[in-house]
Amino acid sequence: MNWFIKRIGQGVFTIFTVASLTFVLIRVMPGGPAQQMVADMRQRQPSLSTEQLNVMAAQRIGVDLNRPIHEAYIDYMLNLAGGSLGQSIQYHPETVADIIARSLPWTAFVMSISLLFVFILGIGLGAIMAYKEGSKFDVGSSIIAIFLSSVPYYVAGVVLIYVLALELSLFPLNGRYPKGVDPGFTLEFIGGALYHVILPAASFVITTWGGFALGMRGNSVQVLGQDYIRVAKLRGLADRRIALRYVGRNAILPMWTSFLIQVGFMFGASIILEEIFSYRGIGYYMFDSIDNRDYPLMMGTFLVITVCVVIAVLVADMTYGKLDPRVEAGGKDESY
Amino acid sequence: MSRTDSSEKSTDGGTGDVFSFEASEEISTSQRYREFFYEAFYLPAREAWRDWRMKVGLIIIFGYVLMGLVAWVSSSEFGVLADVTLVEFPTSNQFGGFEYNNQGPFQSWDYPLGTDSTGRNIMAAIVHATPDMLKMTFAGGIYVVVVATVVGTVSGYKGGRVDSFLTTVSDIVMTIPGLPLVIVLATTIDPRNPYLVGPLLVIGWWAGLSRTIRSQVLSIREESYVEASRTMGISTPRIIQKDILPNLMPYIMVNFVMSARQVIFNGVGLYFLGVLAHGSYSDNWGVMMQFAYTHASALLIPDRSYQLLMPMAAIVGLSFGLILFSQGTDRLFNPRVRQRGTGSTKQEEDSDDEVTTTIT
Repeated sequence: MNWFIKRIGQGVFTIFTVASLTFVLIRVMPGGPAQQMVADMRQRQPSLSTEQLNVMAAQRIGVDLNRPIHEAYIDYMLNLAGGSLGQSIQYHPETVADIIARSLPWTAFVMSISLLFVFILGIGLGAIMAYKEGSKFDVGSSIIAIFLSSVPYYVAGVVLIYVLALELSLFPLNGRYPKGVDPGFTLEFIGGALYHVILPAASFVITTWGGFALGMRGNSVQVLGQDYIRVAKLRGLADRRIALRYVGRNAILPMWTSFLIQVGFMFGASIILEEIFSYRGIGYYMFDSIDNRDYPLMMGTFLVITVCVVIAVLVADMTYGKLDPRVEAGGKDESY
Repeated sequence: MSRTDSSEKSTDGGTGDVFSFEASEEISTSQRYREFFYEAFYLPAREAWRDWRMKVGLIIIFGYVLMGLVAWVSSSEFGVLADVTLVEFPTSNQFGGFEYNNQGPFQSWDYPLGTDSTGRNIMAAIVHATPDMLKMTFAGGIYVVVVATVVGTVSGYKGGRVDSFLTTVSDIVMTIPGLPLVIVLATTIDPRNPYLVGPLLVIGWWAGLSRTIRSQVLSIREESYVEASRTMGISTPRIIQKDILPNLMPYIMVNFVMSARQVIFNGVGLYFLGVLAHGSYSDNWGVMMQFAYTHASALLIPDRSYQLLMPMAAIVGLSFGLILFSQGTDRLFNPRVRQRGTGSTKQEEDSDDEVTTTIT
């Protein structure tokens, strides 16, 4: 229980650190966003005084240049704690929170589909490779896995667009769902959304399954050499039971953490990938905000992504102890 | 210690010479370094060279370094080198008029990989982007490895409050999403120097490695030979350098390579999207991709797709070499494979390594 509270405290502290960092970047950096915005507005409305310009900037980015740093900082943090992420500059009347609420589910959709397939492909092929260790299948898939992990996901995305969307016209080029279909629980909408998610998800899956397959293969090979597997075979247990309960379970467990850490990686990768596919998820809006120097939106998306990753890592840590009882005890040994 | 006290009688009646083994402890600095390099680099390297993946990976990496050298010699203003130009720096309309724009690959020896939409030699651009790419990659890798090694060994060896502080810090750094942080920093700081861009691209990457190193140090410091060094009164920095670092070298090497790959992925991606400011076409392979993507619409016009494919091939090639290299170091991790020493390519991954390689 104590450990549980410590982990949550650490998570909260991480979010706090990132929030402070965004404040520092906006306000304290010389020539940073706050100053830039004031300079921009001065060009457009030269008649206004610096104080008035500062107030206008403060309404948009939530950081007041008129007030001393520590007061502005406390205000900023209180606003964030109240769930207010400020107002977007380019989508003016909309708040940052609205935009994120609208786009986050789509990114989560792409990620869950890709993770599912990475998991199935990586674990499945890795296990088969381990069982057929040294065979042609093993060597061949190892080389393919290594090669595909050296392809950046955005390169895979560009190639997929070129071949499947443009040359063969098999898949849609961009977007989240077909034009003219209203979002809702209709077959047409869900089918369309699934159709549109295939290419972005495939770019992730193709480039990341290899790493997991190689990891799974290594773990399985190691487990297969253990004495308890030999004992299990001598006891005459069914092969299926050995493969699933003995080998599979012990080989997958060490990968659980890296699997959930992959969530964090995918959130980051979504920035580049969603831009290429014009897929309006959270990454798309983050990139959009960078392009247009929309700092409130940029910092807001960064904070929300951080919160998501913190939650994913917390889930990983907590469930790992449940999945693998040995870890609960192991954690204490380390503190010398 | 010194031989001056050898004339004095010891309490057991013998002379100080009996204890002359103490003197042998004073080996010269150069000898100590030579020993360190022998244990930390030569032995693992000789072992790893037996693996085909290591050989192929090293050859590929070496090829890129060679390409970087060619570009460096060609653009250098230094002494005799100013007159030597192996590959000319790409400029717009360098072959003449507009008829040389958008020339496909494998047509002429002047531009073996074709020209872009303003008539620049793509081959030359790839070559001339290499030095900056390598500088960036190298700087990023060194940054990750040095920070992680310092933090990991200190926190593992010192323990106590230092350890819990450093562990908490690295836990926090590890959870901050990498690429969004890099993008936010890159837009606000706007770095230009490749030696600065490289470390920035992998700013939080040391955390994963430092955790691996810490847990390694925790187990190594309990080994009897480390305890022996401690009871002999050898200082902590020297124990770390002599007894602990050589054991960690394989981890450090693999992570150097993996973070180098990450620098390439993130760097090219951010140049491709234009998040990182750029000067000219041949600054980075990512800039080349960006030009092909936006200026030449290479994605939409099938005849120009080569403009996008060529820099992409350069990226994939380099990271393929790096991954092969890191996969080839397997046998260093696994004493079981190493002892067998049959020369067969048994591959066994290290789960710790896998954890660090998938973090971004």
